[in-house]
Amino acid sequence: MTQPLPMAGTPANVNLAGLAKNDYRGNPTTLCQGCGHNSISNQIISAMYELNVVPENVIKFSGIGCSSKSPTYFLNRSFGFNSLHGRMPSIATGALFGDQTLKGLGVSGDGDTASIGMGQFKHIVRRNVNMVYIVENNGVYGLTKGQFSATAEKGLALKHQGSNQYMPVDICMEALVSNATFIARSFAGNPKQVKELIKAAMAHKGIAVLDIISPCVTFNNQDNAYHSYSWGKDHEEPLHDISYIAPRSEIILEEEMKEGEIREVSMHDGSVIVLKNLDKNYNPTDRFEAIRVLAEAQANSWLATGLIYIETDKPSLVDIYNLVETPLNRLAEADLRPAPAMIDKVNALMF
Amino acid sequence: MDKVVNDFSITVGTKNGSGSSTANNTILRAIFKMGIPVSGKNLFPSNIQGLPTWYTIRANKDGFTARREEQEIVIAMNPDSFARDLAAVAPGGAFYYADDIKQPITRTDIAVYPMPVKQTVRGDPGIPNDFRELVGNMFYVGALTQMIGIDPEKIYAALDFHFKGKKKPIEMNFNMVKAAAEWAKTNLEKKDLFTLEPMDKTDGLIMADGNTAAALGSIFGGLQFAAWYPITPASSLAEALNDYLPTLRPREDGRNTYAVVQAEDELAAIGMAIGAGWSGLRSMTSTSGPGLSLMTEFAGLAYYAEVPVVVWDVQRIGPSTGLPTRTAQGDLSFVNFMGHGDTNSIILLPGGVDECFEFGWRAFDVAEQLQTPVFVLSDLDMGMNQWMSKPFEYPNTPMQRGKVLWETDLEELKGNWGRYLDKDGDGIPYRTVPGNRHPMSSYFTRGTGHDENARYTEDASMWVRNMERLTKKHETARKYVPAPVLYPKPGATIGILGYGSTEEAILEAVHQLDTEHGLQADFLRVRALPFTQEVTDFIHKYDQIFVVEMNRDGQMHQILCMEYPEKAADLKSVAYGDGMPASARWVREGILAKYVETAKANGRDGATAKAGSTAGQSSPVTEL
Repeated sequence: MTQPLPMAGTPANVNLAGLAKNDYRGNPTTLCQGCGHNSISNQIISAMYELNVVPENVIKFSGIGCSSKSPTYFLNRSFGFNSLHGRMPSIATGALFGDQTLKGLGVSGDGDTASIGMGQFKHIVRRNVNMVYIVENNGVYGLTKGQFSATAEKGLALKHQGSNQYMPVDICMEALVSNATFIARSFAGNPKQVKELIKAAMAHKGIAVLDIISPCVTFNNQDNAYHSYSWGKDHEEPLHDISYIAPRSEIILEEEMKEGEIREVSMHDGSVIVLKNLDKNYNPTDRFEAIRVLAEAQANSWLATGLIYIETDKPSLVDIYNLVETPLNRLAEADLRPAPAMIDKVNALMF
Repeated sequence: MDKVVNDFSITVGTKNGSGSSTANNTILRAIFKMGIPVSGKNLFPSNIQGLPTWYTIRANKDGFTARREEQEIVIAMNPDSFARDLAAVAPGGAFYYADDIKQPITRTDIAVYPMPVKQTVRGDPGIPNDFRELVGNMFYVGALTQMIGIDPEKIYAALDFHFKGKKKPIEMNFNMVKAAAEWAKTNLEKKDLFTLEPMDKTDGLIMADGNTAAALGSIFGGLQFAAWYPITPASSLAEALNDYLPTLRPREDGRNTYAVVQAEDELAAIGMAIGAGWSGLRSMTSTSGPGLSLMTEFAGLAYYAEVPVVVWDVQRIGPSTGLPTRTAQGDLSFVNFMGHGDTNSIILLPGGVDECFEFGWRAFDVAEQLQTPVFVLSDLDMGMNQWMSKPFEYPNTPMQRGKVLWETDLEELKGNWGRYLDKDGDGIPYRTVPGNRHPMSSYFTRGTGHDENARYTEDASMWVRNMERLTKKHETARKYVPAPVLYPKPGATIGILGYGSTEEAILEAVHQLDTEHGLQADFLRVRALPFTQEVTDFIHKYDQIFVVEMNRDGQMHQILCMEYPEKAADLKSVAYGDGMPASARWVREGILAKYVETAKANGRDGATAKAGSTAGQSSPVTEL
């Protein structure tokens, strides 16, 4: 994305795109007070502001559900499409062909992605569509008032629903086996990590799946529930401290770290993701390691967060299609309709 | 007895997957190149290999090429359908069969010609083992060439086309044709009356299938995005896009101005197509009934969110899987109301291969002008069979992109616009598309209630206002959709209304009603919903209007009765669906069964127009 340089006399509260934080906001939220989704919306606003993103360069997408309402609450200046339940991936796949310079930013939920939308989710991942795919994961259906979703843990008890008898879907694992090129997990109660992961995901060329545990304060926030604030705070096991460094910025963090403690991932646009290792020496470019960490977390009831897997050299869907440089939706008739002489050629091709 | 020249039907019975389509298409194309009006219809089962399958060819000097029930020449290559094929030969007809089939020939009223197919194929060292069955089909081509008088040069031309000029397969097949013709000349004595003679009635015409034509038309319409999922009988439409786009839209830099995506299912196919249409691309999907069912929720969203997209429905018969390789016009009611809540669809109804091409490009214009899904209803018969056709014509109008605002437009408007504001009073609002960098360009699209500025609202009066504007837009649509085609008959006292692939059968039935029953009918072929003024005028012109269609319930008839309740008593349904392409016989009999003689017969002898049997039952009227 091209970003205009700041002009002389630009006020101090604007970023390099010449925009104030307000330019990234949306309408007031209509979700419940304390909903994890609102925290994520705020981190999206902060991340976009700090990344100097021009809002017109982003298309927002969502499906149906509480999470899917949230694109109304950020980036009012971006186009947005609140589509059908579980069908955000197909709308995004088609829409992003309109102008391949645009970045998709999708917000879905665990019902929207892991239940009704599992098929489309797996296929958008497999196609490596150029978008950030956030799953605001709370294990429960909020808008329909408290039914189990496919990510609800076995044994979870909810009013009117009894006890959940099935194993949960692990969205990161599903993304991994579908060959996603960027997979991260975070927790809405850890806003700094959420923001840094969103920034890194925006810099990624291809699909970036962010599974963010986002507690539902109304229907699924018992202290012992996997998707609750208190459980998440007690059980979060970050794989690393993550920092996103924009292109051309100096990496000053290096001095603060000892040799061997940091791991850098270079993005195609020149930016860098810096991972500061905690007690584990985790390599997010190793697919087998990623599977091991996810399986281990599930077995031990850990909420393993951070950048789980990244692969920076795979072509995105529009790259595969070898499109012209001009955005397709700006092509004129001369580019699209074969010349009159071609009609004779076509008729000659018939018998 | 006199020879019967250029007026008979040939049916070939083979096993599915035995490679007979090359042989059958060769006969069809050779007759076409002889200048004789001809049609070919593949009547095949849902099966890859083994089940009986038939191909029926009709040559007719007067240009009537609808399917006929009567078969004067039958070729039996399949032991499993031998008895049935033998029984199907019209009295006085000819029966050719592969002589390795040892089954009793019980009929004495027909000419019987055994053919040593296996023996000849085995005896030819030029044919590799793997090709024996395939090339063996060429034996009946050769036998017919000799016996009914097909021009061998035209056979060669047909093979040359089929094998794209590749000498080896052309020669291998043509040698078999020659050998079989030679054998027939020596060994068979002509005992039937059916023969071909060259004419000039196909000059300037082409042969093509509707799916290819639709794909080509879409490409000439500036197609930018297509998403699809395989389904019979629509798959070849999307495959033709893949085949022809590189040739017809080449660029010096080798880059593409289009994308075709095979989706994971029809839900995703239409979702992608709607996404692309929303972002300003000429976007389409192609499917058949079951796929259309899956697309319903998205169709409703696109109607209400006002997203242009083109959906080709190559119809097949039945709910669910039904008869997946048989034709029908059974999706009309469904598509008309497709989506939940209040919807009305824009439907285009091509009546032939040339119109599949025309509606290929025109559908994009209509969709973008109206900002709504446009459904094009073809069918298996039109989509997959080879039809004689006028050549495709270059679009006669520039691409109509509809009301799209770009940066400079918004600059002029000072950003003052509303996505769902009816500024022009025609119900059609203005839209922007993603990628527009003007700070006031964006809006949020949703299936939920929205106001003129696309903001979320559940306000009751706003909802009603928006729905009323959509009704107004549907009224406006009458000006954008193709008008019907009228075939007037001097002295007509009744009207016949039809659509789609039944045109040939209806035209022939009109002729028969006139010459055999003294009943003159005007025929109107409807080409779109909503109906245009011409349809209204036609309906009100007659006391009896017969609505002909290939389904059980008379779906077009039902829609007409709703649209013109004052004429409901005069609208008579002639509906029949058995999976077979329409024939003049069932059209004629269906009309006669419901025709009521009136005092308004204008001095004609109304008694000549006798009521016949119900359509679909066997006819008391014999053709031969």
